Amino acid sequence: MRITVNGTDHEVDVEEDMPLLWLLRDELGIHGSKYGCGIGACGACTVHLDGLAVRACQVWSGDAAGAEVTTIEGLGTEAAPHPVQQAWIDLQVAQCGYCQPGQVMQAAALLAEVPDPTDRQIEDAMGGNLCRCATYPRIRAAIRRAAGSEGA
Amino acid sequence: MGTAGKIARRTFLIGTAAIGAGVAFGIYAYRRDPGNPLTAGLAPGEAALTPYVLLDAEGVTLITPRIDLGQGAASIQAHLLAEELDVDPAKVRLASGPASPVYHNGSVAAEGMPLAAWDEGLIARGGRAASEVLGKFGGLHVTGGSTTVADAYDRLRAAGASARETLKAAAATRLGIAREDLRTEDGRVVWADGSAPYAELIPLLADVEVVQDVPLRDPSAWRWLGQPHRRVDVAAKSVGTYRFGGDLVLPDMLHATVVTNPLRGGGVVSMHASEAEAMRGVEAVLPITDGAAVLADNDWRAFRAARAIRFESGGEGPTSDALWKAHEAALDGDRDSAFTDEGDVDAAPGTRIEATYRVPFLHHAPLEPANATVRYTPEATEVWTATQAPIFVARSVARITGQEAEQVTVNVLPAGGSFGHRLEDEWVRQAAEIAVQVPGRPVRLTLSREQDMTHGFYRPMAVARGRGTVENGRVRALDLAVAAQSVAESQMGRVGFPAFGPDVALVAGAWDAPYALPDRRITGHRVAATVPVSSWRSVGASHNGFFLESFLDELIAEAGADPVEERLRLISHEPSRRVLETVAEMASWNGPEGKRGVAFVYSFGVPVAQIMEVRQTEAGIVMDKLWIAAEVGRVLDPVNIEAQLSGGALFGIGHALSSEITFDGRGPEQTNFDSYESLRLWQTPEIEVRALGSGGPIRGAGEPGLPPAAPALANAVFAATGTRLRRMPFAADMRFA
Ligand code: FES
Ligand code: FES
Repeated sequence: MRITVNGTDHEVDVEEDMPLLWLLRDELGIHGSKYGCGIGACGACTVHLDGLAVRACQVWSGDAAGAEVTTIEGLGTEAAPHPVQQAWIDLQVAQCGYCQPGQVMQAAALLAEVPDPTDRQIEDAMGGNLCRCATYPRIRAAIRRAAGSEGA
Repeated sequence: MGTAGKIARRTFLIGTAAIGAGVAFGIYAYRRDPGNPLTAGLAPGEAALTPYVLLDAEGVTLITPRIDLGQGAASIQAHLLAEELDVDPAKVRLASGPASPVYHNGSVAAEGMPLAAWDEGLIARGGRAASEVLGKFGGLHVTGGSTTVADAYDRLRAAGASARETLKAAAATRLGIAREDLRTEDGRVVWADGSAPYAELIPLLADVEVVQDVPLRDPSAWRWLGQPHRRVDVAAKSVGTYRFGGDLVLPDMLHATVVTNPLRGGGVVSMHASEAEAMRGVEAVLPITDGAAVLADNDWRAFRAARAIRFESGGEGPTSDALWKAHEAALDGDRDSAFTDEGDVDAAPGTRIEATYRVPFLHHAPLEPANATVRYTPEATEVWTATQAPIFVARSVARITGQEAEQVTVNVLPAGGSFGHRLEDEWVRQAAEIAVQVPGRPVRLTLSREQDMTHGFYRPMAVARGRGTVENGRVRALDLAVAAQSVAESQMGRVGFPAFGPDVALVAGAWDAPYALPDRRITGHRVAATVPVSSWRSVGASHNGFFLESFLDELIAEAGADPVEERLRLISHEPSRRVLETVAEMASWNGPEGKRGVAFVYSFGVPVAQIMEVRQTEAGIVMDKLWIAAEVGRVLDPVNIEAQLSGGALFGIGHALSSEITFDGRGPEQTNFDSYESLRLWQTPEIEVRALGSGGPIRGAGEPGLPPAAPALANAVFAATGTRLRRMPFAADMRFA
């Protein structure tokens, strides 16, 4: 099947039902998206599918074929970070960092849809993204900063 | 290729030049010689100045032997070295260094001794000195006990200073001027009309002695320390290029996972793997201790095949009910310790109250599942894993491969969290068991979340009984008995050592609480070892802070006193009084006001006070605000201290609310994050942190933020509802929004 990841087309031969997460990590060698639970309970694997935040451990490769997949690597780079990544860097959100690719992707999708979210909207959107290090206060602050509501 | 070259090429590079460089890892042999482990294998053109500073043509590499688990260890170690060496931590390379006793942790053993950290008396100082010696000869190359900063503070600055002065001495020789007339700046030695980058001086280093015992700079001259740091890893962690152990890819690597009996030692009754073996991508299903390993070409294919193995496991394990009963019975049984026994709690006058508390087993559950990569050949074995104790890992693996520990090289990789989990090494041993069956091929073992969750080394279940009296509006007597399994006994048992003497962790955070009461007794009661238990963030203080501060709050309420005022009256230790006063001032404390609770716990040498404010809503209790004050002696990086203190507190609150591991006789009943719940963003209160640095010994903040959080919440819930939360998870007895 053909799959487009971060703007690059790939021809892959995998099972239809292989979750996208392992197609990315183990077949394409794109390691930014992480495995935390495999059951949609932690959000560490969050990527964008045609701009929508999805759990890559819950999406079949067969269903992702033909769609535009964006991973954390496709969102921005250290030299040219996405505004959400910039806010994450400025506020030093990460502790261990393992959840952060998923947090950043979820937050970026939220802000694409709702440029200036309320606290309630932030809580609803981010509720599925677990951070065992509990960086939540800074996640909340970084989303507000990226949204510009704190004059970033 | 010499050591520095290997590090340069194989280390996870951090800094501007490192974008996209990905992971690389240093190769070192574990060696017995506790000299400088970097000097062996240096190539021409490379130099090792102290075990912490490597130079090659491309510049400086700083060695940061305490593993970064998310607590910021890599960054703080780099800044301590950089401060004296005059390099920019963002512009140099970092490496974790080889497993070596030279990197022993001199502070960590003190945590196992009954020495109150606030006690500066002779015996306590002697014990701490003994800990340094123990650490050295035991080769405790260990990250843990919130000791990284305390242990590294002088040592790494001294290493940086020594390297700097040696570089100046080399330049002085060449220039024919006095070392004192040179200075250093941003990785260069500078003189009146010129300068040279450190790397240019390498050829001259052979002719100079390493300059020892350099006086350390006064804090007023610091450039980095004491200011907000930019964490060296924060950009890579924000753009997804940071590489964890589970991201390692080696040529010809096999992807492995395991399914084993949740009851260790229970064995396998029957196993049918033919369906699994026939699945796409599966190379083999191999036997290992208590189960089987699947080798495949992809993690998911390995997981899928592992699920297809029909597996009947043997053995019989305890149930939670039986364990609770054993703990309650232990309270009336023999004492393991009574480090605090003052006055006569049984005869104390006043109104008497009694209450029983309990907390369940908990899993560390770092978000990155346990993983390890091992390549075995008959000559040598190489290990890549995120471990807090690399020398122990080398020994564990050597026992399995039948080699000498010196033949095992351990490469320490960054961890996606730990909370104490990565002091254990079961998965590394499993990877080694697999690797010996496929010599020459690297095997990367990744545990499924289900395997990881059901094979934990848990925070012990614990039960406590508080008894006390109040008289004339004051707390008079306090008697706390705590029953739990011994973490030290369980951990030592796993490496084949008996644990003798009382276990101070059983009563940590309670026996050494700096409260002066006429009648006070704290006793520990050891429950027979059944479920494997381990160091879980803040260890014994994680439950004892809850027991002591909740029961004390009951006594204070019974006495009709103010929870802050009465604690201040009882506190006998000045820094502790300061944090309680500080948090009261931050929160404008004016009594519980039907919404606020306070707690104070002294653990890991750090007094921490917290005030929680809650609100009752139709959906349940909402946590609105948490104030935290702590005294750490000196604040080296205010940004990270805040992260550690608030992270610790929230970790405590999240588990207190809704987490538990229960046992049904076949093993743990929770298998993933759906049944083992965790704090979410929408539950998180606003947090305000003040870290004080008023002098005194410098301390780490990774753990001490945790113990006061749950009791502050429980005491706030009491203020709001009149209900005492005496058991965790709180959600069993109280609705939270
Ligand atoms: S790994 Fe996909 S949600 Fe946890
Ligand atoms: S930063 Fe460690 S899990 Fe979020």
